[in-house]
Amino acid sequence: MANTLVEIKHLAKSYTRGGQAVPVLYDITLDIARGDFISLMGPSGSGKSTLLNLIAGIDKPDSGILRIDGEDITKLSEGELADWRASNIGFIFQFYNLMPVLTAFENVELPLLLTNLSKSERRERVEMTLALVGLAERMEHYPNELSGGQQQRVAIARAIVTDPTILVCDEPTGDLDKQSAADVLAMLKQLNEEMGKTIIMVTHDAHAAEAARRLVHLEKGELIGDATSTAAH
Amino acid sequence: MRPARQRIDVYFLKLIFKNVFRAKLRSSLTIIGLVIAIMAFGLLQTVVDAWFAGANASSAARMVTRNAISLVFPMPSYYRDRIKAVPGVKAVAHSQWFGGIYIEPKNFFPQFAVDHENFFEMYPEFLMTPEELLAFKRDRQGAVVGRKLADQFGWKVGDVVPIRGTIFPGEWRFTIRAIFDGKDETTITRQFYFQWEYINEYLKKRFPRRADQIGVFNIEVTDPGRIADIAKAVDAEFKNSLAETLTETEKAFQLGFVAQSEAIVVAIRVVSFVVVFIIMAVVANTMAMTARERLAEYATLKALGFSPKFVAALVYGEALMLSSIGAGIGILLTLPVASGFANSPAGAIFAAFKVSSDTVLMQMACALVVGLVAALVPGWRSARIRIVDGLRHVG
Ligand SMILES: Nc1ncnc2c1ncn2[C@@H]1O[C@H](COP(=O)(O)OP(=O)(O)OP(=O)(O)O)[C@@H](O)[C@H]1O
Ligand SMILES: [Mg+2]
Repeated sequence: MANTLVEIKHLAKSYTRGGQAVPVLYDITLDIARGDFISLMGPSGSGKSTLLNLIAGIDKPDSGILRIDGEDITKLSEGELADWRASNIGFIFQFYNLMPVLTAFENVELPLLLTNLSKSERRERVEMTLALVGLAERMEHYPNELSGGQQQRVAIARAIVTDPTILVCDEPTGDLDKQSAADVLAMLKQLNEEMGKTIIMVTHDAHAAEAARRLVHLEKGELIGDATSTAAH
Repeated sequence: MRPARQRIDVYFLKLIFKNVFRAKLRSSLTIIGLVIAIMAFGLLQTVVDAWFAGANASSAARMVTRNAISLVFPMPSYYRDRIKAVPGVKAVAHSQWFGGIYIEPKNFFPQFAVDHENFFEMYPEFLMTPEELLAFKRDRQGAVVGRKLADQFGWKVGDVVPIRGTIFPGEWRFTIRAIFDGKDETTITRQFYFQWEYINEYLKKRFPRRADQIGVFNIEVTDPGRIADIAKAVDAEFKNSLAETLTETEKAFQLGFVAQSEAIVVAIRVVSFVVVFIIMAVVANTMAMTARERLAEYATLKALGFSPKFVAALVYGEALMLSSIGAGIGILLTLPVASGFANSPAGAIFAAFKVSSDTVLMQMACALVVGLVAALVPGWRSARIRIVDGLRHVG
């Protein structure tokens, strides 16, 4: 199906701890459509982050199929995977993960260093993107000079500046107050609706999950529920 | 399509530079340590160099003959004519260590009583006017002093210098008749020479049994290529006589002097490298702490698509920048500190206490090695960190 962007079949993943294999994900099968906004929920330790990391190509499954845009990313070498991530994935983390020694501008410019863009093209892109997240006035600020909500907006700008296909967000509002969380969610929603970004978001917060079009529940490494959000539409 | 190759440009250098000064106190302390270590290394190397400088400046055509038992035992003065008769010997002079004190012991400088007629003809590296040399030869109490020594005490030709004897007791008064310059940088110009006849005349009157004794003979040969054979011939001349002799090249003689303190020289060498080794451990520790704190950042960079090589380059770059800054300051400080030491009373015992370009190169090499070694383990770890493990370090 051409509209399926992420195709997951019988995906399994375990970690070894103390010499013993501890299964984290069992037999996950899930399709995510292009342009969807999906929210992954479930109790702590259920494997949400693990699944998200597999989709984002920063971890490798033990078995199963993981195709993104038709490409089986489990077959890519480490270097190929890095290049693939650079052009296809935008990351948004709970604790923003900005470089503290770089300004907002420089943080957003960082992923563009992996492209062929000239300095002036990069500047143009960065300025545009920071304006999009409402931080045009804060370009020269360092992360510690910004509020949590503002830092997360810088992180969103860094995630979208390369125009990736998928945004992966691991508890993007987990460290924010209510108002900032609402702002960030509204922004994600806008990116999904107006720019057609496919978004996969892990969250604990049922309220945050309502921003998504589709909810997926994980429990002890298995998918136990899948519903299309009614509140959002 | 693969994206472009990662750029290593101004942006990258800026990132490294900012990282270096992130933990300000830790970086400052590490840099201070580096400054001191690199400076200590340079100064200790310079001490060793200064030690050998005298030996390196010696002529290949000169030999020194001394009493075979020990330098402190003299030889009879009539040996002179017999040495002169040995085939291959071109000229003979003699000199005697005086060991006197000028005002107070800390003013130490070497003094020699020499054969005034022949000694300076054999040492063309001591440059002085023929008029001054002649004036020295004509004055029993005359003295010839090196330029550095004269400058140190502000002496001029005509000045009278009192020296208290230790080996040869009494108050001795000398009039400076000549001041010599060195032919080049390696020539020592801190010595004080005067007429051996002056003390010998005194000994003849007061201690006749100590008169007409020679400390060492200085010999110039006709053919430096045969110097070893000529030395053997000289010693053969006095075999089985009252005072057997030991003849060696001037260089070997000076190195023998140095060798007496060889244990110290070796110790200094070892210490200078121990210092570098310690600072290597300090910088490695700094880098290990730094890299551990930044695992989440490095994992984030890798998640964004930066290669493990890029991450390793960040760590290596930071270690090298840290060690270069420290070493740079250390090298810059070595020069004034060395010249300050050279001009101090303690530095006066060395002929030429000068930081050589080799020493500076070695300091740079040390900085490079320190940086590279310090980054080895943290660089490898940071580059190899699994992204998911690194990201779990957050918070
Ligand atoms: N790198 C790892 N090494 C070892 N065990 C891991 C690793 N990552 C995750 N785990 C384990 O796998 C399980 C699932 O972890 P995961 O982070 O996916 O859970 P989660 O659903 O995201 O939980 P939370 O809501 O607390 O973030 C947990 O038991 C965790 O301890
Ligand atoms: Mg998680």
